[in-house]
Amino acid sequence: MNREKQADMNPGITANKTMININKARYLRQTLFFGLVLLAAFTITLTLLGIVAFLFFNGFRAISWDFLTLAPTDAMTKGGIMPAIVGTLYLTFGAIAVALPLGVASAIYLTEYAKQGVFIRIIRIGVNCLAGVPSVVFGLFGLGFFVVFLRFGSSILAGSLTLGILILPTIIGATEEALKAVPQTFREAALALGVSKWSAIAKIVLPSAVPGIMTGSILGIGRAAGETAPIMFTAAAFYTAALPKSIFDEVMALPYHIYVLATAGVNIEQTRPLQYGTALTLIALVLGIDLVAIVIRGIIRKKKRW
Amino acid sequence: MEEDIIIRARGVNFFYGSFKALSDITIDFARNKVTALIGPSGCGKSTLLRLFNRMNDLIDGARVEGEILFEGESIYAPEIDPVQIRQQIGMVFQKPNPFPKSIFDNITFAPKLAGIRDRDSLEALVEESLKQAVLWDEVKDILGKSAMTLSGGQQQRLCIARALAMKPEVLLMDEPTSALDPISTAKIEELIDELKKHYTIIIVTHNMQQAARVSEFTGFFYIGKLIEFGKTEKIFTTPDVKQTEDYITGRFG
Repeated sequence: MNREKQADMNPGITANKTMININKARYLRQTLFFGLVLLAAFTITLTLLGIVAFLFFNGFRAISWDFLTLAPTDAMTKGGIMPAIVGTLYLTFGAIAVALPLGVASAIYLTEYAKQGVFIRIIRIGVNCLAGVPSVVFGLFGLGFFVVFLRFGSSILAGSLTLGILILPTIIGATEEALKAVPQTFREAALALGVSKWSAIAKIVLPSAVPGIMTGSILGIGRAAGETAPIMFTAAAFYTAALPKSIFDEVMALPYHIYVLATAGVNIEQTRPLQYGTALTLIALVLGIDLVAIVIRGIIRKKKRW
Repeated sequence: MEEDIIIRARGVNFFYGSFKALSDITIDFARNKVTALIGPSGCGKSTLLRLFNRMNDLIDGARVEGEILFEGESIYAPEIDPVQIRQQIGMVFQKPNPFPKSIFDNITFAPKLAGIRDRDSLEALVEESLKQAVLWDEVKDILGKSAMTLSGGQQQRLCIARALAMKPEVLLMDEPTSALDPISTAKIEELIDELKKHYTIIIVTHNMQQAARVSEFTGFFYIGKLIEFGKTEKIFTTPDVKQTEDYITGRFG
């Protein structure tokens, strides 16, 4: 009896040992991969922090109340950047005003109405290609179409339209994803109550997709505020102290101002602090807008959780 | 004995693409009675249910043949608006699916779109619907709270209240208790018993005891065909067809 028991237990013990070895190997492998993904995440965060810190240390001395509220003086070697801040705000919100309705409408058509087929595939490929077009090409298109052909001139309107087309794929993509993430059961529930398809989309599906659409808008705002090439020929003025009076006026803009100071200014070395200060202002502006949008998104998400 | 028939299906075939999901279904549904549709998974009972409020319209490549009459009118006639049909034939789904809105807004959502704007009427409607769904006492103080905070059983009764708020004539229920615990299930079954005074109810269920408990008529489906249809009592005690008996006694399915 006793011997039998021992014989029974022995294979068990060896099996246990192998198990422990396997577990050890598994544990090591897990630690290794966990370390790798952690490293990747850290690298990204550190890069971002690095850029922001670099700008901050080089630029914060240039930032002052006067810098933010005055126009440039002395051939843009002194003074502030207020017209460029205002211009960038106009252009960014102009771009969102163009891209948001158009992009959301396109996404609704693509996900909710269109029957899958060749035509839709072509539209989708078109949207993706648009996302891959270099921004200077948008600038040239804007120049040719909005500035010259439609006679908008170099203006907030032409710049906003150009930037709007530039960020359109971002908005469409984010909205499509957001709409697809809304459970099918919401659509069914609404339709089964005898409401029209449009009402179901407008009152149930779209509100549930708002947080996702806002994410797309945040990305779009960042892109629109930071682009130089698309506004170079369509909206941005080298220098104008006057604030725009209508959407047909030229404006200064932060990214273009940095570009001008850094490449074509009167004294490039002397204005270095102003360049960093302007870049820091641009980043702070975008982060500020994003922060507001993220807070609003958080509130909506809480209300619309399912 | 001639029953008062509210929905008639005559020789209905239904296809998902080339797959024939229903073949030659002929069945009548009596007014203000509960009819249960039973059968193993994939037998077509839910498909048939979704034909009555034209929910299958949403599926690409779906096709209906035959005739379905609601109050004597063909609901698949070209001049019929499916939105109109769905206002008269409500539906409750397998999983509770309230909207991510307040309890109040869940119920008033469809009535508002149908044109009821006056606040007092809406409030009265909410109270009436919730009382009918036996949920009023539990939620009357939290009407502004999100429906997502309710329990599964409460959510399902809210979905029933939401359907009732449109004052339909027929209520289609697609396995309404399969996602619920036994106590919530018992409440819904009691509710069905109460509702049949005013509504015609067609219920798909996998639970044969449930069919036996709540329904007056039962149809047994198998691989897209209506095998047997009759009074629930008869189907469950002395079915005519061997297949029905096998299913009911648990020999397959």
